[in-house]
Amino acid sequence: MTLLQTDNTMTRHDTLLSVRNLRVSFRLDKHTLFDALKGISFEVAREQTVALVGESGSGKSVSSLAVMGLLPKDNASVSPDSEILFAGCDLLRLDPAAMRQMRGREISMIFQDPMTSLNPLFSVGSQIAEVLRLHKGMNRSEASRRAIALLDEVGISDPGQRATSYPHQLSGGQQQRVMIAMAIACEPKLLIADEPTTALDVTIQKQIIELVANLRRKHGMAMLWISHDLAVVGEIADRVVVMRSGEVRENGSTQDIFENPQDAYTRALLLCHPPLDARPRRLAVIDDYVDGTGPSAENRINVQRGSSPNDTPLLEVTGLCKNFEFREGLFGKRVLRAVKDVSFTLHRGKTLGLVGESGSGKSTVGLTIMRLHQATAGEIRFEGKNLLAMSPREQMPFKRRIQIIFQNPYASLNPRFTVGDILMEPMRIHRIGANDAEREKLSLTLLDRVGMPALTFRKYPHEFSGGQRQRIAIARALSMQPDIVICDESVSALDVSVQAQVLNLLQDLQDEFKMSYLFISHDLAVVKYISDRVMVMNQGEVVEVADSDEIYRSPQHPYTQNLLHSIPRGWQHPQ
Amino acid sequence: MTNPATYHPSPGLWVLAWRRLIADRIAVISMIVVAAFLLLTAGSMSGLIAANWNDEVAIGYAKPGFVAEPKVASRNTAAQVGPVVAAENPPGRVIDPLATELAELRASLGQKVGSGGTAPAAGVPPVGLDLGDIKVIDPIAKEFADALAEAQAEGRKERVDTLPFGADKWGHDVILKTIKGSETSILVGLAAALVATVIGTLLGAIAGYYGGWIDDFFNWFYNIFTAIPYLLLILAIAAVLNQKGVTTIVLILGLTGWTGIFRLVRAEYLKHRSREYVQAADAIGASNFRRMFVHIFPNVSHVSLVQLSVHAVGFIKSEVILSFLGFGVPVDKVSWGSMLGEAQNELILGYWWQLAAATLAMAVLVTAFSMFTDALRDALDPKIK
Repeated sequence: MTLLQTDNTMTRHDTLLSVRNLRVSFRLDKHTLFDALKGISFEVAREQTVALVGESGSGKSVSSLAVMGLLPKDNASVSPDSEILFAGCDLLRLDPAAMRQMRGREISMIFQDPMTSLNPLFSVGSQIAEVLRLHKGMNRSEASRRAIALLDEVGISDPGQRATSYPHQLSGGQQQRVMIAMAIACEPKLLIADEPTTALDVTIQKQIIELVANLRRKHGMAMLWISHDLAVVGEIADRVVVMRSGEVRENGSTQDIFENPQDAYTRALLLCHPPLDARPRRLAVIDDYVDGTGPSAENRINVQRGSSPNDTPLLEVTGLCKNFEFREGLFGKRVLRAVKDVSFTLHRGKTLGLVGESGSGKSTVGLTIMRLHQATAGEIRFEGKNLLAMSPREQMPFKRRIQIIFQNPYASLNPRFTVGDILMEPMRIHRIGANDAEREKLSLTLLDRVGMPALTFRKYPHEFSGGQRQRIAIARALSMQPDIVICDESVSALDVSVQAQVLNLLQDLQDEFKMSYLFISHDLAVVKYISDRVMVMNQGEVVEVADSDEIYRSPQHPYTQNLLHSIPRGWQHPQ
Repeated sequence: MTNPATYHPSPGLWVLAWRRLIADRIAVISMIVVAAFLLLTAGSMSGLIAANWNDEVAIGYAKPGFVAEPKVASRNTAAQVGPVVAAENPPGRVIDPLATELAELRASLGQKVGSGGTAPAAGVPPVGLDLGDIKVIDPIAKEFADALAEAQAEGRKERVDTLPFGADKWGHDVILKTIKGSETSILVGLAAALVATVIGTLLGAIAGYYGGWIDDFFNWFYNIFTAIPYLLLILAIAAVLNQKGVTTIVLILGLTGWTGIFRLVRAEYLKHRSREYVQAADAIGASNFRRMFVHIFPNVSHVSLVQLSVHAVGFIKSEVILSFLGFGVPVDKVSWGSMLGEAQNELILGYWWQLAAATLAMAVLVTAFSMFTDALRDALDPKIK
């Protein structure tokens, strides 16, 4: 209630959008009703940017869909005492035709994934022109002229030519620019941006954030920015609304939220993402803040990471190349050189971070070391023996010793296996443990080690959340007692608070079992936090290798510099 | 270890799918209908019901009980409606309306070889045949006549002129015939669908999993196979196998029907082989066979299961068409297709009940089975909805 009151002190005529006591529930099946929003309230003033921040399941996207009137009709219900006032008119009580008029003209939206939001069968110019003809009643030639002007405005070079391109001919960043052009085509008063940069590389993200902020200022729009990433929000928002499980936890100006957070959850969210300028022994997790104390002093101590001269090499990769061949035409072939002449050494008990944007070949390196892809050329020496020269049978004992943890914990566990089967299968294959009883005992120890209860053993993966599944995947990798674990974007799909827990777990396990990690990620902050050395890849080539603190302090290669420069810094106190 | 007090067995995906299935009212109703048909089939196979379908219990084309009219009496002195014992009629008289003419004809022809005696009798029920004229030259004529008389006497005793759903040409009860026919039709449908699904799934799994030239080979084979018009292919195989029987039909349908399943399963394997859980299985050292059948198969088996069900429906219809065309079951067997084949001629004469019975049974089963298949698909893959 206090939050509401603070908001009501704002001058009335200023308010463009006012969401009051919004309750939305979804019918999951006959007997289950899920309350997605439990009576949330917030306001957006004219020409203001308000960010809705929260982890998955917080209800931030549901809020934006409710404002747009796009909630699924068949199973979503909005409580009758909810109100969404837009310029004094209640959107929840508008008839569908009037709501359609409102959408696109007064309120418009940018989505997370531009590829699926654009129609692949029409040129981007005609898709923008369609919006103009529909809402502004322009004729064909007028609309297409305006479409080209809009493409120019969102920073697409050679807009006249680009207007005739189809979505697949554009890069992800360009597609998002087209989406933005469509959204601002009718000069709406409110622009809703639902995770608009989450699917983009960090350098592109920076460009899009700047573009949207400029357009907002130029057109005098208000903006509702939905994101899970506090760092991005800190750069763009005037006010921040922190949500969790369908409730507003904190609502305040960006400065207040970042410098003086009141709510324990907000405080935890701010701290659980790895900081760039420090390396606490353990990352903060939500639980640390439930009692309001924060992480223990011992865990706040910064630890040193880096290479030392007496490291023992475990895995030596030299001249690794991987080409993908595609058939083109009847007999033609197109070769994509995904990995070009990559060499590096991984030392025992150390972590090598591998950073790059999408298409840099970083994941291919990991999969090629696992021999999940066949290398085109090069050597991978494990304890001096070349893995690539081995037959599958010879490689079996080595297979056990190099393991991988994939990005998506929803896809990497076989949904038809119980957790017990998932953990015991590798032990059966590699004859670890004398019999199944012994293996079960080992599995239960592993589950305990990754922080899962023994009951997990007989359950199926679909009964667990993403973070829990990733723990199970880690337990599976551990079941083979590997020397090297390749973490292929292993924490990228997780919420920040869960990501912190998994990163802490990975650190603990490394300390305990002296494993080496090849940590592949696009998230520079995470890689810097966990790695001893960092290797930066761009378009299949290694551009820079150095100790992690070194590379962040003084990046040598221009690409690395640009990459580091693009990391969102969050709220910067005005000097 | 797990504490039995707090441990609840967690439902696997199959259990969840089953729960969704039985929560669906249409699915339950159609399952009951299909189960009833399967029970009938099982009953008739084990000889508990419809074992005596081949008994000629009624007169030819006896009308269904609910449409029988007194008009029937014009051919039969027993004028009552309902099962009537016609034994009191003098043998031969009533049933052969041409008896007098025949006698005159015989007299005019003298004592020649009496083949002419049968000709005028064509088109009347054979029971009425008077064989008086061939006794002289036929050495077994007396035995034949005795046997015939005996058979007539016996048959006459039981033959009724109406049945609940009528009778066919030979006086078989149409209801029993339909039940017996369901045995062939359902058995053929299910067995052929099983053969087709096993072939399609196996080839699809191999082609989709390995890809490359193996995939190319199977696709080439598939393309050639589907390039031949389906019905012609069936008829050609039927001609080559050159023997009628349930096994033959199962083989024909099974060997020609795998193509659609092959495409679907291949596509599923293509999709799944690069999924992370399969890569994870590769990473832990699982063999190709293990990845194909232990890891991927349970995740695509719902496709095979739905296809099995879809094809069972299709093959029940195909069997009917084959039998209708005369490539189906042998004459001593009955199936819905052969019933429809017979009905072709009967319909002109106004005897519609055999057609109605076979069509009704098939329509009910096929509809129920199709609805069950839809519900099954929804239950197994709720995301498609």
